[in-house]
Amino acid sequence: MPIHEHLRPILEYLWIIPLLPLLGSAVNGLLGAKWPNKTVNAVALGSTGLSFACALEAVREFMAGGQAPFRKEFFDWIIAGNFRAGFDLQLDQLTVVMVLVVTGVGFLIHIYATGYMAHEGGYYRFFSYLNLFMFFMLILVLAANFVLLFVGWEGVGLCSYLLIGFYFLKKSAADAGKKAFIVNRIGDFGFMLGMFLLFRAFGSLDFQTVFAKAATWQPDTVGQFGTLTIACLLLFMGATGKSAQLPLYVWLPDAMEGPTPVSALIHAATMVTAGVYVVARSHVLFTHSPSAMYVVAIVGCATAIFAATIGLVQSDIKKVLAYSTVSQLGYMFLACGVGAFGAGIFHLMTHSFFKALLFLAAGSVIHAMGGEQDMWHMGGLASKIKVTFWCMLFGTIAITGFIPFAGFFSKDAILFAAYQSENSGKAFYAVGLLAAILTSFYMFRLVWLTFGGEKRYDEHHVHVHESPGSMTVPLMILALLSLVGGWFAAPALWGGPNYFAEFLSPVFGNAELVGGEAAHSLELTLSIVAVLAAGIGLIVAWRMYSSKVVRGTSTGLHKILYNKYYVDELYQATIVGPLVWLSRNVFWKVVDVGMIDGSVNGIAHGTEAVGDTVRHAQSGNVRSYAVWVIIGAIVILAIIFWPLWRPAFFVATSGGVR
Amino acid sequence: MVPTNYYLILSAILFGLGIVAFVFKRNIITLFMAIELMLNAVNLAFVAFSQSLGKPDGEVFVLFVIVVAAAEAAVGLGIVILTARNRHSLNVERVDLLKL
Repeated sequence: MPIHEHLRPILEYLWIIPLLPLLGSAVNGLLGAKWPNKTVNAVALGSTGLSFACALEAVREFMAGGQAPFRKEFFDWIIAGNFRAGFDLQLDQLTVVMVLVVTGVGFLIHIYATGYMAHEGGYYRFFSYLNLFMFFMLILVLAANFVLLFVGWEGVGLCSYLLIGFYFLKKSAADAGKKAFIVNRIGDFGFMLGMFLLFRAFGSLDFQTVFAKAATWQPDTVGQFGTLTIACLLLFMGATGKSAQLPLYVWLPDAMEGPTPVSALIHAATMVTAGVYVVARSHVLFTHSPSAMYVVAIVGCATAIFAATIGLVQSDIKKVLAYSTVSQLGYMFLACGVGAFGAGIFHLMTHSFFKALLFLAAGSVIHAMGGEQDMWHMGGLASKIKVTFWCMLFGTIAITGFIPFAGFFSKDAILFAAYQSENSGKAFYAVGLLAAILTSFYMFRLVWLTFGGEKRYDEHHVHVHESPGSMTVPLMILALLSLVGGWFAAPALWGGPNYFAEFLSPVFGNAELVGGEAAHSLELTLSIVAVLAAGIGLIVAWRMYSSKVVRGTSTGLHKILYNKYYVDELYQATIVGPLVWLSRNVFWKVVDVGMIDGSVNGIAHGTEAVGDTVRHAQSGNVRSYAVWVIIGAIVILAIIFWPLWRPAFFVATSGGVR
Repeated sequence: MVPTNYYLILSAILFGLGIVAFVFKRNIITLFMAIELMLNAVNLAFVAFSQSLGKPDGEVFVLFVIVVAAAEAAVGLGIVILTARNRHSLNVERVDLLKL
């Protein structure tokens, strides 16, 4: 049943959702420099808030129109031969989740940032970048072809760079921004190659066309490296860069140099999940390639445990959360890798709630402590900043997966899917469970070190104070979401439907809607095991950190973990160092100085030498010029009269010829 | 009537004398006269051809040459006078400031 256009005003003009933040960014960026903070707030919050409202309305209109994806071509962007890349937007169930997360959580973080950044310089610049990020992120999730998606993909990378290096006078921040940008470039290289390969194979980069054609292909067998497998692996390479997976995760912990709202919005809730989104969006390609799926699962699983172990011993509150994010992203890829795309997206959503909450709460702690980020200089804050404490606790319980918080349902769904997977599913499950224990440990360690025990800071220097309402209200809303955000899946506990998986089934198919009494009892058992695992982490952390704690010296394994397995040093020695050496000693001193400068200077020196020789002909003596003129005249005459005396010349020189 | 060849030979001799004088003499005034000699040698050739071919073109050309030569003499003598004042010499070999 066709729906008349005037009944769905937003859906037919879907571009309004990304356009609003872009306008906000442009207005603030171009005019905001001299405005008071209030005006900048009005523009930034107004544009994102309106965008959120439009997104809600668009979703309502979409839901009213049935389950079929909505897709509209707004204008042609690139046309070359039979290739077309247009400004085409689409809205399906997957996009609905992403758009609501981006605009909703983004709006809350914008509100929070008005409080957090109130005393910082470059206020308008911050909000201009933040709005620009929202624009690119919305383009990324709404795009209906790979090319437009890539625009958003690169755009969020740019905003990430700008915001990590927001305090650009600080060298470490500027370096961290560059690191994020360059590491992402490596992934993007793979992503582009993947796109080229898809275009070669399918003659289009439009999602509809590519996925429809790919669905008819014969799936690659395990270990077979066909076009689809290679394309998937290349796309996944881009995803490992953007979503901070092994081996390209190194930029994310450094990205914590940015302001905390940025860490919450970009490096926890939205941008870093773009890789998961791309894999989920391309699920048709990935399900045709068991090898690529296996690689995704292994990388996700390895990252989950790897980052969790590093998070165990970090002392910077934001670094703990950063490694936690890397670890949780690993979970999402694990879910995608075992074919449970819905579970991955579910975890993406709940994670965006509780990790944004954790980061914002951490920001509130840092705000209260006057900029201190080292947990060993905190302690005993629970009674002083109660709201922050309770919100942080909600986030912690949610991420560690205690029932009935959001993380319980999503993590449970992933572990359940991993357990059921045919390819070494039990191993994935075991590692995932171990990572869950570690997650529980480092999160409760964070809570106890920060809020519990005795105070380890100088009260005369640090005036601990609760944050303003603009910061605590978003915290409370996110805390509520961290509690109820997973309840879509709750009925599954007593054998009912998993509403989230059902909602996404038009996109991913019905593969995940496993029913039956056996599956249900297995799921219950696994849930209990998962909660027990979180409990173990909680108890260990409680035993170690709830009473008086002293920071010991770092030795053995602890030292290796504290130094993040020396991965940065390894990259420095194996990649950065040789590259710098090559650039300095070959590209600079040989190619640039020797060959490029050499050739340019050589031409100049040659010209100078010729001129130096020839200038002696210009003696300044009038009569010598006259001689030259005469010689010239004789030569010209000789040439003019050449036809006349040539026969004589020939006779004279080659007399024998007749 | 004198044959055209005689005029041309005379013209060539005059022109050659002019060249020789220009190259070997040092006095600027002499150089000037050498140039005038060469110009007039060419003029002689022009009128000789004009008469032998029965066309006025050569004579017209000679008038132009005379005009240009007069202008050149006016400018040239001005330069000579200034040179003489500044350098107290008419030796052309001492007027060589334009070399590097």
